Amino acid sequence: MPSFKRKKDIMGKTLFEKVWEAHAVRELSNGQTQLLIGTHLIHEVTSPQAFSMLRALGLKVRYPHRTFATVDHIVPTDSQQEPFPDFLADAMIKELRKNALEFGITFFDLPSGKQGIVHVVGPEQGITQPGTTIACGDSHTSTHGAFGAIAFGIGTSQVRDVLVTQTMAIGRLKVRRVAVEGKLRSGVYAKDVILHIIRKLGVNGGTGYAYEFAGSTFDAFSMEERMTVCNMSIEGGARVGYVNPDETTFAFLKDRPFSPKGAAWDQAVARWRGFASDPDCRYDDCVEFDAGAIEPTVTWGINPAQAIGIGESLPTVAGVSESERASIQEALAYMKLEEGQPIKGLPIQVAFLGSCTNGRLGDFMEVARLIKGRRVADGVKALAVPGSQDVAARCRDMGLDKIFTEAGFEWREAGCSMCLAMNSDKLVGDQICASSSNRNFKGRQGSTTGRTLLMSPAMVAAAAVTGCVSDAREVFKQ
Amino acid sequence: MALQKITNVTGRCVTVPGDDVDTDRIIPARYMKCVTFDGLGEFLFYDVRFDENKQPRQHPLNDPRFQGASILLGGNNFGCGSSREHAPQAIARYGFKAIVAEGFAEIFFGNCTTLGIPCVCASKSDLQAIAGIVSSRPEQEMTIDLVNLKIEIGTQTFPCTIRTSAREGLTRGMWDSIGELLEGNDAVDRVASGLPYMQR
Ligand code: SF4
Repeated sequence: MPSFKRKKDIMGKTLFEKVWEAHAVRELSNGQTQLLIGTHLIHEVTSPQAFSMLRALGLKVRYPHRTFATVDHIVPTDSQQEPFPDFLADAMIKELRKNALEFGITFFDLPSGKQGIVHVVGPEQGITQPGTTIACGDSHTSTHGAFGAIAFGIGTSQVRDVLVTQTMAIGRLKVRRVAVEGKLRSGVYAKDVILHIIRKLGVNGGTGYAYEFAGSTFDAFSMEERMTVCNMSIEGGARVGYVNPDETTFAFLKDRPFSPKGAAWDQAVARWRGFASDPDCRYDDCVEFDAGAIEPTVTWGINPAQAIGIGESLPTVAGVSESERASIQEALAYMKLEEGQPIKGLPIQVAFLGSCTNGRLGDFMEVARLIKGRRVADGVKALAVPGSQDVAARCRDMGLDKIFTEAGFEWREAGCSMCLAMNSDKLVGDQICASSSNRNFKGRQGSTTGRTLLMSPAMVAAAAVTGCVSDAREVFKQ
Repeated sequence: MALQKITNVTGRCVTVPGDDVDTDRIIPARYMKCVTFDGLGEFLFYDVRFDENKQPRQHPLNDPRFQGASILLGGNNFGCGSSREHAPQAIARYGFKAIVAEGFAEIFFGNCTTLGIPCVCASKSDLQAIAGIVSSRPEQEMTIDLVNLKIEIGTQTFPCTIRTSAREGLTRGMWDSIGELLEGNDAVDRVASGLPYMQR
């Protein structure tokens, strides 16, 4: 039937399909696609071995002008003065510097004023753009999807592939539309939205999918909020997460250092607009959440789906399905918590504000607004770690650093810091940390018995000033 | 690049129990302070294998009965979390040649495949049966047959699955895609030339 066929032909496409098709080079013999990676971001932890492989094979970086480097994981945040006291960390930054120089790669080095966490720097510099493909040897590369890019976290062998060929071998993903509709209640943030989604869909619910975050809630979000959500796609098992580009996206990118300028800007915006999913596109799956039902959410366990609303109590072993019991018991034992206990009131010893999830200007502005004139509770170590030197500078310009230090926070230099504790910022023993980061795995924050509770920056602030897990809405009378 | 064709893997097994075993647990972040992957094997599962004083804890990898095992048995969502290739590298350098689990996290799966480590899936009940055999007869060898998608241990046979692209790559000796990617260079430049943001 011709009419049926025509209808099929004109069926719309998702952003994922459009970007994929624009970057697909050819099909490989194993059925995967050779996909062009337009933007390659690298950092010190997952790139040195790849450069060694290049040297061993006698190969060059194919598109050095599309490769951008920064240093984030191992940088000390108490002082960025070199040489670093940790000689292993010092060797890593020197290696990256050497590689960037030798292969002609732009490096946002420490003296540049632009250094920071790779997923903060890319957007901030205007490198992250709609309709592009991005890869980085880091699983939170999904962050860049907030701009309507398809951004993949990759391993070191793939870093090598992208350096050498500007492509990688990858199978096409399915697309799930994850819609959140409505207005968030006051005191509920983007972080709560993504923790809620992961709680409901599970830590491997997204395996094989790209998540398209859509609906009126995301439409109303700022770019920073969209980044917070896309950042944690991977915690829900989805390798890629994205939001369709719109006026908010374009306004953010205007006049950034690497954004197109002049006539090229207008052309770019017109082009970017075209990448958004068509209204009549087909998704492989759709789910919808009601924004008004989302509470400030806190993780209590050892994976990001083990989360509850601030007013709820921990699950009981008898109350969950048979298949979940072992992991709940393992989490309770590690966290040294009782089944059924309320999360509110649990004492904390450390508060960490930072990371690629919540280390951007808006996060520091919001927390500064809340803690102004308040004090960090006795016995709590509170760290504020800007995601980039640019964020740090803007905070200083606005006097936010003073608000933090006057409240009793340690104000640090840019880096990943206690998100994964590859520098000297670590938990000690079984300390409990209220953290704005993205992973609560066993030992993640540098102590093999350390305990992490993931939450929004406002909830970290509430925990910091009260010394225990608290409802920020009550603490700050919102 | 001529790579070995991996059609089957035979070896003794060890079970690392639990779901959602993340790459932070497989190789703690502090051991990623390195510019080569050499020597990572000794830090595999370090924080669950050793206590603060570097004394061995009770862990299957410390159990003398399972020394020399080359097939790792895991739970669901194995290898979730960080994309660090240090995790599969540590697994390979410790001496593992294959992993059987209920399910794998995506990036980890891809990283392993590129290193020539087959990650095959078996059902929860079959994995339990296999783990039972292994714990009563640790010396028993097992074979993963990637061509016929079955696992043989003793007199028993279990079905297994693996993503087709990975199976193709492994069995045809093309699991590291770099050679084939390099052949596409001209086509790459053509696609890139049509994308404004790729221009200088
Ligand atoms: S802040 Fe944390 S999650 Fe983000 S890149 Fe750094 S270590 Fe990874």
